[in-house]
Amino acid sequence: MKKEKLLELYRMMLLIRRFEERTAQMYGLQKIGGFCHLYIGQEAVAVGTVAALRDDDYFIAAYRDHGHILAKGGDPKAVMAELFGKAGGVSKGKGGSMHLFDVAKGFYGGHGIVAGQIPVATGMAFAAKYRGEDRVTVCSMGEGTVHQGAFHESLNLASLWKLPVIYLIENNRYGMGTPLERASAVWDLSQKACSYDMARATVDGMDVLKVHEVMAEAVERARKLSEPSLIEARTYRFRGHSMSDPVHSHYRTKDEVEEQKTHDPLLKFQSYLLEKKYINEDQIKAYEDEIKTIVKESVDFAENSPEPALEAIYEDVYVE
Amino acid sequence: MAEITFREALNQAMAEEMERDANVFLMGEEVGYYQGAYKVSQGLLERFGPKRVIDTPIAELGFAGLGIGAAQVGLRPIIEFMTWNFSILAMDQIVNNAAKLRYMSGGALKIPVVFRGASGAAHQLGAQHSQSLEAWYCNVPGLIVMAPSTPKDAKGMLKSAIRDDNPVIFIESEVAYGYKGEVPEGEYLVPIGVGDVKRTGKDVTIIAWSKMIHVALEAANMLAQEGIEAEVIDPRTLRPLDEQLLLTSIEKTNRCVIVEEGWPYAGVGAEISHRIYQNAFDHLDAPILRVTSEDVPMPYAKNLEQAVIPSAPKVAAAAKKVLYI
Repeated sequence: MKKEKLLELYRMMLLIRRFEERTAQMYGLQKIGGFCHLYIGQEAVAVGTVAALRDDDYFIAAYRDHGHILAKGGDPKAVMAELFGKAGGVSKGKGGSMHLFDVAKGFYGGHGIVAGQIPVATGMAFAAKYRGEDRVTVCSMGEGTVHQGAFHESLNLASLWKLPVIYLIENNRYGMGTPLERASAVWDLSQKACSYDMARATVDGMDVLKVHEVMAEAVERARKLSEPSLIEARTYRFRGHSMSDPVHSHYRTKDEVEEQKTHDPLLKFQSYLLEKKYINEDQIKAYEDEIKTIVKESVDFAENSPEPALEAIYEDVYVE
Repeated sequence: MAEITFREALNQAMAEEMERDANVFLMGEEVGYYQGAYKVSQGLLERFGPKRVIDTPIAELGFAGLGIGAAQVGLRPIIEFMTWNFSILAMDQIVNNAAKLRYMSGGALKIPVVFRGASGAAHQLGAQHSQSLEAWYCNVPGLIVMAPSTPKDAKGMLKSAIRDDNPVIFIESEVAYGYKGEVPEGEYLVPIGVGDVKRTGKDVTIIAWSKMIHVALEAANMLAQEGIEAEVIDPRTLRPLDEQLLLTSIEKTNRCVIVEEGWPYAGVGAEISHRIYQNAFDHLDAPILRVTSEDVPMPYAKNLEQAVIPSAPKVAAAAKKVLYI
């Protein structure tokens, strides 16, 4: 990968990190309501994945979706405004944290029901193949999802009909407070692909370049051969399941979280870039300043965006 | 006008729309090689090929959601549930995705998908295969719910459903597939949200849909022998409801019976009667009566099944009751 592209990845990971930190602050100030799931710790997965995609490829995610929409090119201002429940939000204030959409950028949500996005992703890939397009669909999900029927029904359909879709399990180890080993009969989640004779891989989700490499292969398989893949990215969330949940309590220890933070994907990639001399401390500072401004402008935009008009309640229920 | 069966009318509707628009495809269990569990899709595989007439594994949640995903990026899927009983497995996709994606995305998405299939009691199919679930779907904003009663309506309504940009729940009666009726030659559409007067009368309004229209018409014939002229109204679309058609009839007859194959508790008839009370209270000369299936899971035994579902004598008796006869 060229230096410019590497720096783009770094910049996007930094944007997501700082955006999410600011989101947490805004949640604390009650500017943001509802359930709000932060992506801090998992940035390498979405960023490495999108780096392997074309702009016109489809991406669909679960409810921990702030990082995905930003990585796919969504406007931070409109994303923050959506979190604030404002008319200027990506979903006009009617979706919220869990339902971010940017169809022009190929981002189709933002799904709040565990596994609900998986059959939908399968249908998007079906449509691309039906029309003879070489578009690829990526469907992100948490590891808690793989026990749902929708996951298994979808994988079977995708393999049976050779659909150009990549199912991406972002294994952050915990489905809310339940660790993988208390929920899954198998540890290696990509094994699930074997039941459906599907290509599979497991990747270090804390390493953006490794994620990119594995995803690029899967994208090639989908685009050239119209074949699906199941990719497990092993990652970790540094915050609670949602903003209402503790970072650690009964289900994991503070020591565990601190140990995991030594694998911080942003710092790890930053060290790599420093080591390669692709970047220096001054440039890091410059990126930080730029991102700080973007995030501040996002909050200002969200603050100043009007609340949705009450008439909007009955808008967009149906296509008239 | 040609006389064809209900299933043939549905078949013609799908064939014509598939001919008209390459984005329309049919997907479901046994729709292709088997020619349809109820032969509704007979001949379509041969005519349109396996790309557009697609047999699925038994995975309602999966293929219903696949249809939604295909629809949100521009295709126009017809998803067949072998029966609506099995749609319960796909409820998450229908209620949480089909009905809500447009709203949650601030209007960015549209979901032009039709879910269709057989519904209601047939002949001793037992509790799990005899349900009329339209009330469940009518409860959900974002969905359109249609339930035709005649071959003519079935064809024109299904064509409108396929062309509409919203998700449509299209409920067909399993026992009505063989019913015959006149269908116009050439292209026609029955618009969404427009009901129909199936029989004109002045004494009492009977509101029914789907198979129950035929029960209502039979009851009307029984009543006619006693000199009572019932008006039989078919809303055809249950959501949105052609409220004005119902109210106009009640303003004329001042009496109303609602016939519904589903259960009474929170049924579609409960909503319809509420709207009539709200908007035509002063026109009513008697409380509205509802004839529904009994409030039980469907029993298997023939005599019990027949006692559970609405029948013409039950409807005629209800009509006489609101007439104080």
